[in-house]
Amino acid sequence: MATIELRQVEKKFGPNYAVRPMDLTIKDGEFLVLLGPSGCGKTTTLRMISGLETVTGGNIYLNQRNVTWAKPSERDIAFVFQFFALYPHLNARENIAFPLQAQQVPRSEVNRRVEEVVRLLRIEHLLNQRPGSLSSGDQQRVALARALVRRPAAFLMDEPLGALDADFRETMRAEIKHLHIAQHATTVYVTHDQIEAMAMGDRIVVMSAAVVQQVGTPAEVYYDPANLFVARFIGSPGMNLMSGKYAEGVVVLPGGGRYPVPSEWQPILSSALNGSGDVIVGFRPEAANVSEDAPIPAEVYASDLHGGFNMLHLDLGDNNIVHARTNRQISYPIGTKMRFGLDPAMVRFFNPKTEAAIRREVRQ
Amino acid sequence: MSEVALQHVTKRFKQVVAVNDLSLTVKSGEFFVLLGPTGAGKTTTLRIIAGLEKHDEGHVLFDGQAVDGLQPSDRDIAFVFQQYSLYPTMSVYDNLAFPLRSPMRRTPEPEIKMRVQRTAELLRITHLLERKTARLSGGEMQRVSIGRAIVREPRIFLMDEPLSNLDAKLREALRIELKHIQKTQSGTVLFVTHDQIEALTMADRIGVLKEGRLIQVGTPTDIYDRPATTFVAQIVGTPRINLHQAVRDNGSLQLVNSTVRLPAPPVSLPETFMLGIRPEDVRIAPGGPLNGRVALIEPLGVETVIHIKAGDVNLLSIIPGMSNLHINDEVQFDVVRERLHYFNPDGTRVYLTP
Repeated sequence: MATIELRQVEKKFGPNYAVRPMDLTIKDGEFLVLLGPSGCGKTTTLRMISGLETVTGGNIYLNQRNVTWAKPSERDIAFVFQFFALYPHLNARENIAFPLQAQQVPRSEVNRRVEEVVRLLRIEHLLNQRPGSLSSGDQQRVALARALVRRPAAFLMDEPLGALDADFRETMRAEIKHLHIAQHATTVYVTHDQIEAMAMGDRIVVMSAAVVQQVGTPAEVYYDPANLFVARFIGSPGMNLMSGKYAEGVVVLPGGGRYPVPSEWQPILSSALNGSGDVIVGFRPEAANVSEDAPIPAEVYASDLHGGFNMLHLDLGDNNIVHARTNRQISYPIGTKMRFGLDPAMVRFFNPKTEAAIRREVRQ
Repeated sequence: MSEVALQHVTKRFKQVVAVNDLSLTVKSGEFFVLLGPTGAGKTTTLRIIAGLEKHDEGHVLFDGQAVDGLQPSDRDIAFVFQQYSLYPTMSVYDNLAFPLRSPMRRTPEPEIKMRVQRTAELLRITHLLERKTARLSGGEMQRVSIGRAIVREPRIFLMDEPLSNLDAKLREALRIELKHIQKTQSGTVLFVTHDQIEALTMADRIGVLKEGRLIQVGTPTDIYDRPATTFVAQIVGTPRINLHQAVRDNGSLQLVNSTVRLPAPPVSLPETFMLGIRPEDVRIAPGGPLNGRVALIEPLGVETVIHIKAGDVNLLSIIPGMSNLHINDEVQFDVVRERLHYFNPDGTRVYLTP
């Protein structure tokens, strides 16, 4: 059981920040995901928590104890890497038992704890095999078991599914989440895959260019992204963003479409935009509704099947493409002229200069 | 653009049969995707068509003419690889012009200029034409590689996972552009991938390959809605189709080790069989005839994947938006009966006779 706290933690390599000063509290039992593109600072943050990387400023607390300068071995946390790092000459059982034997835990206790994690991960049948003869998914299960068997206060996982193929990743994603539900160990999990982050995280820390962009639940980062980066990064495809000019209740869009702003947003936009009128309208693909009397004209750029649904790619004019999710009955040839509207509850606005979301006064 | 046909093509590497009696026609102007896991024979098939690999049996025909004896350079094909193979010291313009300047073509410079300009506009790389390719991002390089194929106006485009080295957002954008370009410029494309989303979204028709054999050919809708085998059913759709063993029992069907019991369909089924249910066809609804317990909730934003435990069986359900459910909640649900998939024990589809 553990809480982890970062206060003004930063990392500089020479004059460059790998992580700008950040504050973060990871609650006891929480599954927290650090998400961002490569080079954003997420792995450096994880390595600072583990002690594999020193901080250049700030403090790290584990259960209120300042561990900023403690060695990795003194922090009571287990690290699971993308690559399995199993001992090739030991079989699965010996690999799993290794950290306990290193701590000189009595043999009966070792056996008991190995049996326990092995049952949890359903790898009883693999125990006598060496890593070389296991599939990559099974190797990662063994690596997880080896981390679990120590019963650490917290788990740190660095893209543990990154080396697996897509199918297996889905399965393992669910297994790790099951494990978390069963054990409730505090977990910090690093990934660049926003779907993984959404599916697994209690909360997500979105990072870009060494800066924390937003900390929130999956619903918060999806429906209420703090800025354009988060809006684009979360979702597949990301949020649709249309640059326009706001005046008197209407945003004029590229291609000349006129989008009437929902009345509750009008005073907010008027005051937030300071008269310039430049605004970005954001909406998720499922918030678009195709209909003949809808306000925004567009032309079909492409239309495709995604399995259970269709995606319409619409050109507003001048190659401004937005994506609309539709049911499978709606499919248009390229070039079809059509119109769409937006679900008023799902429209968001951004300030193009600051790139920040314009917030409503009262959040539902 | 041309029609390309394979007739009973077989290719062996020592004892391994990489391509096994493959017959296939890519129609003129068609976007055809070969989909399969690693080692299915996709790339070998492409290389045979290109003439880079010599097949042991069968024929390759372009517009009805056998090209088996022709050198790659005489086949008038354009190959786009996963790894961009551009000349790093040349500008984008010269890279695009290169195939047109080959001694075999000797295209006049004014025409080269026109075709390069047109291609650059199509791929939105006009602003990059003077740039050296070494200084481009991955997405830009792959655009140039595709451009170098388009500029030649070949009989067929052969594309070997051209998007798989790009990050997710770029892949998405380029996928949509590539499809748009193919549809508006019309060329014959044979595109190889292991990514089911690329196959579903881009293809006019998909050929599913497994261990060198063609398992099914059909439109994306055919492949998704009427998979010919359990292999095909599992290779498309994310999350994966629910696929469980079932038995006939007194006019009903029962999922093995599960509480799921459904009326049997009006077809003759074997005693035991496999039942496939797409996650979007598992509908959580109060009052539904089936019962289970929520084992896991995966919010993806646009939709949420709910893992329902029904007996010992785990069924995945997709619901739109976010969910109010909690782990361990009891839920009632139903399945869309007319969208169930039945498979024989050997994995082949049981067709519902009309």
